[in-house]
Amino acid sequence: MVELAVKVESLVKHYSTAVAVDGISFAVRRGVTAALLGGNGAGKTTTLSILLGLLLPTAGRVQVLGEDMLRHRYRVLPRMNFSSPFVDLPHRLTVRQNLVIYARLYGLPRRGERIERLADDLQIGEFLERPAGKLSAGQKTRVALAKALLNEPELLLLDEPTASLDPDTGDWVRSYLEGYRDRTGATILMASHNMAEVERLCSEVMMMRAGRIVDRGSPEALIGRYGRTNLEEVFLHIARGSRTELEPVS
Amino acid sequence: MNSRGFSAGRVWAMLLRYLYLLRSSWPRTLELTYWPTLQMLIWGFMSQFLYVNSSYVFRAFGVLLAAVMLWDVLFRGQLGLSMSFLEEMWARNLGHLFVTPLRPYEWVLSLLSMSMIRVLLGIVPAALLAIPFYHYSIFSMGLPLVAFFAVLLVMGWALGMAICGLILRQGMGAEGLAWTVVFTISPISAVYYPVSILPDWLQYAAWALPSTYVFEGMRAVLFSGTLRADYLLTALALDVVYVALGAAAFLFAFHDARRRGALLQMGE
Repeated sequence: MVELAVKVESLVKHYSTAVAVDGISFAVRRGVTAALLGGNGAGKTTTLSILLGLLLPTAGRVQVLGEDMLRHRYRVLPRMNFSSPFVDLPHRLTVRQNLVIYARLYGLPRRGERIERLADDLQIGEFLERPAGKLSAGQKTRVALAKALLNEPELLLLDEPTASLDPDTGDWVRSYLEGYRDRTGATILMASHNMAEVERLCSEVMMMRAGRIVDRGSPEALIGRYGRTNLEEVFLHIARGSRTELEPVS
Repeated sequence: MNSRGFSAGRVWAMLLRYLYLLRSSWPRTLELTYWPTLQMLIWGFMSQFLYVNSSYVFRAFGVLLAAVMLWDVLFRGQLGLSMSFLEEMWARNLGHLFVTPLRPYEWVLSLLSMSMIRVLLGIVPAALLAIPFYHYSIFSMGLPLVAFFAVLLVMGWALGMAICGLILRQGMGAEGLAWTVVFTISPISAVYYPVSILPDWLQYAAWALPSTYVFEGMRAVLFSGTLRADYLLTALALDVVYVALGAAAFLFAFHDARRRGALLQMGE
């Protein structure tokens, strides 16, 4: 039997005037990197927020690492983590202070040792004592990743992990994530607009539009199915809705 | 990793966060002491003036000073809680905090602890300065002072939790409530004058506030040296009701914020 890190069934999220997620179902196997792709407003961030327990769905079931996320999220939260370049760590605290607090919130033993090891791995040692608000975009991304890896999560959720990074730093982050997944067997689920990144990292892709999953498969399978040369062309094809016959897939 | 129940470690982690913040800005730390000290000086000199001009104050010189300092316990207790809460809003940090195993009630406990630290940092220096300035020590009230302090601090927490719930519900447009709400109850708390001064109909509202019992009780101690146990017990009972309502408002607003997706969006 295939072990699942994430299993979502008939997930719906309505806001007062809008449908953000419209009955999606998907599963992500353990140990793989998967992506939710779609244009702005497709429902990617809403889906990630529900998986993180930050947002309550209107309907549907969400299982994370074998637990019902809606009923037992505190059993799962210590085993997962999240990083987004759009949500900075508190600016006035130093990088080390931020990491110490999150390490304590996760109840980690040997916190100092863990922070030093991550600082070495992610090359953030030189600015551990600097306020988090005074870092460059690349430094902030590495610090956010350090925070997300403090508890060595079995499931790592990433929202645009390399947004606003120069190509060199972006490539470095992607390599680090690949290494982390291979070393620990962790599952990574990301929302991204960077198609090259998704092609490189992900073995499973869910294409979203208007709150629905309209196609899914490996990057190679999707490229082949749409007769395109890369995932970006597939993305544009779907996002612009040029295939009118696109229907939600279950 | 403790994830199943309450964790004092997580409460300490959040308290540490606010202590780091306090330490990172000396003007903010100084401000904690500045306002209570300033209030004490203004009212202290006014008391000295009234001492020779008013039979009311003549009966107990420290009554105004004690009222000022105790009022600050209520105000700073509420503001101390709200400020730590607002720090998370301004930093847009709720999205990070609540993907950890931190429970909302553990967060609230850390906010309450920080509120107490802020109150002590603000009030104690002012109370100590009153001794050389006016030869008046609020500590001479003895044990009743501890009871008054506790009742007012807990009432401040109740108001603070309700205000934080409102901010969670209404967004940052409501942050001004953190500075203003408590002053609406000042006139009917009988801080500087007896409750009997108020119109009859307003006295009903006044007696529904724990703070009114404290200030009437304080005057009883200072004027006649008696501790009104009935006042104290009523104030404690009202505190329990207020705290229950404040906590319920906060937890309801937090749950509602999860439903609306506000935990990720909330911020400046």
